[in-house]
Amino acid sequence: MQQATVQSTTIETTYREAVREAIRDAIKRDKRVFLMGEDVGRYGGCYAVTKGLLVELGPEKIRDTPLSESGFTGAGIGAAIAGMRPIVELMTVNFSLLALDQILNTAATVRHMSGNQCGVPLVIRMATGAGRQLAAQHSHSLEGWYAHIAGIKVLAPATLEDARGMLWTALEDPDPVLIFENVMLYNMIGKLAGDAGPVDIDKAAVRRPGRDVSLITYGGSLWKTLDAATALAAEGIEAEVVDLRSLRPLDDATIMTSVAKTRRAVIVDEGWRSGSLAAEVGMRIVEQAFYSLDAPIGRVCSEEVPIPYPKHLEEAAIPQTPKIIAAAKAALGRL
Amino acid sequence: MTAPAAAAAPADEPRLSREHMLDLLKQMIRIRRFEDKCYELYTQEKIRGFMHLYDGEEAIAVGIIPVLDKRDRIVATYREHGQALVRGVPMTTIMAEMYGKQEGCSRGRGGSMHLFDRATNFYGGNAIVGGGLPLSIGLALADHMRRNDIVTACFFGEGAVAEGEFHESMNLAALWELPVLFVCENNLYAMGTALTISESETDIERKAACYRIASEAVDGMDVIAVEAAARRAVHSVRDTGKPYFLECRTYRLRAHSMFDAQLYRDRAEVETWRQKGPIARLLDRMQTNQVLDPEDGSRIDAEVDAEIAEAVAFAEAGTWEPVEQLTRFTYAESAIPADR
Repeated sequence: MQQATVQSTTIETTYREAVREAIRDAIKRDKRVFLMGEDVGRYGGCYAVTKGLLVELGPEKIRDTPLSESGFTGAGIGAAIAGMRPIVELMTVNFSLLALDQILNTAATVRHMSGNQCGVPLVIRMATGAGRQLAAQHSHSLEGWYAHIAGIKVLAPATLEDARGMLWTALEDPDPVLIFENVMLYNMIGKLAGDAGPVDIDKAAVRRPGRDVSLITYGGSLWKTLDAATALAAEGIEAEVVDLRSLRPLDDATIMTSVAKTRRAVIVDEGWRSGSLAAEVGMRIVEQAFYSLDAPIGRVCSEEVPIPYPKHLEEAAIPQTPKIIAAAKAALGRL
Repeated sequence: MTAPAAAAAPADEPRLSREHMLDLLKQMIRIRRFEDKCYELYTQEKIRGFMHLYDGEEAIAVGIIPVLDKRDRIVATYREHGQALVRGVPMTTIMAEMYGKQEGCSRGRGGSMHLFDRATNFYGGNAIVGGGLPLSIGLALADHMRRNDIVTACFFGEGAVAEGEFHESMNLAALWELPVLFVCENNLYAMGTALTISESETDIERKAACYRIASEAVDGMDVIAVEAAARRAVHSVRDTGKPYFLECRTYRLRAHSMFDAQLYRDRAEVETWRQKGPIARLLDRMQTNQVLDPEDGSRIDAEVDAEIAEAVAFAEAGTWEPVEQLTRFTYAESAIPADR
């Protein structure tokens, strides 16, 4: 997964460019792969992820669709069953609800209902998360909902390596895979190995080792959590940061190993608290590592409100570094 | 008999040889009697869940599906026993599926509403009204992109026409010039809601014009007319690579499912339609044309009864999947996808 060895060459790139390169690479590598979605071609993608790809790869491979989320998601499912490897782009997770029937009632069920005769090797990408003042119909984090669905896999790439590497592995998977790209990560700049390639899509990663408390998170919250860990370190608290990477399946082993070591856990999740993925992770810890715990499990989630437009309210609605620091200290009894 | 007259006639003309009409008759009776048996087995609780019978609509599957090639694809609804039988999914595995036995065509995981058979390109069995339409678009898109000469026939009821997925799919098929044959089985009721109280435009065929899709409406109770229309439709899709919309006007003579008291329509209405039923209709025609021999009926009955008896025996002898395997088929068990 993560490249442990030092690469001979590294390039400076952005998360957006890493996703774009992953798409370009996949389409060039496998003639069955194509991308379709709203404004992916001439417009260059709502978040400019696919900018330039239409000219380079042509309209068959970069297929603009009408505003028919259910229609073209279902078309992706049918094409996948018939042997293609489609990538469907849904502009945001909020719009994906218009395709929920196809995702849940068809993509997730067909293998089972058909007695294993029809698999759906489809990848659906979409943007998720708040932070751009896009208000209550463009800012939610519903990946935890999707992680509830048996029959699909759910990924949340938070790093450049994962943005670059998860797509190809997802395309090779014989089942539907949903990839959630947090909108606040697209502009993130960093170094990526020049030969960065496919990564695993079923393991969590320890992004920062520590002994005092496990901070378990994913997606856009990873970087806030790492900031929190840095701040905590300045106060002598060594937090371990676990990046879930895959929300379904969850990598219980990595989570429990971390909790067994630190004996304390705080889960950071941009979804709403009630019925959240954080609740699922917390309950698994209770089920599997209860006797390792020295303190109640903490959660930092979004407030129970649709995402508001004003900057200060939007920031207050979702997990932020100070809240994560406070929750970690609470777990350690250091308020 | 001599060779069928249709062999030399234009392909879209009705085929009226005795042998051909007998074949159509047998296929319709096969569906009807299979479902009669299913009804009986349902009352015995051998078959459970939702079960939707095709009584009255047999002429559509029988008129259309044999016109398709083996390589063509079929997407159907939860009322799909007829389509599956005509397509050649073995009656034995269909019945085993109705029982929920692992020898069923979907390993018993689907039941009546989810008959699948990869061998005959039969892609279900979709129990979300309108849900199969986008799937058919995708199957056809894959064929279009690979320049495959394959037609995807998508069956749906007139109730699906009210769904957004219908309109999205019609638009995509026309916009991208995909080889889809849309077959609307207009039986006048979406469960218990009559067409007249669910659609502002009740002439369903006209909706195709909005999407610039070639279309035709046909008397769905007349298997000869359905077959002739199907030939025109399939030829059109194959020749142009573009979609075609065929509305078959029909009637569901039985309840929507096994849990329907039919409060929404009069018995007299049902009885009137029963007189116009597709099997009676073809029998009348054959008698008028003097191509029905007295022993034809009993011979067909005997053949069909034997096939049904074999199917029931197969299902009865079938086995229950061990509960230890409960969570199988949620995800692939090997990395090799089903179809390349």
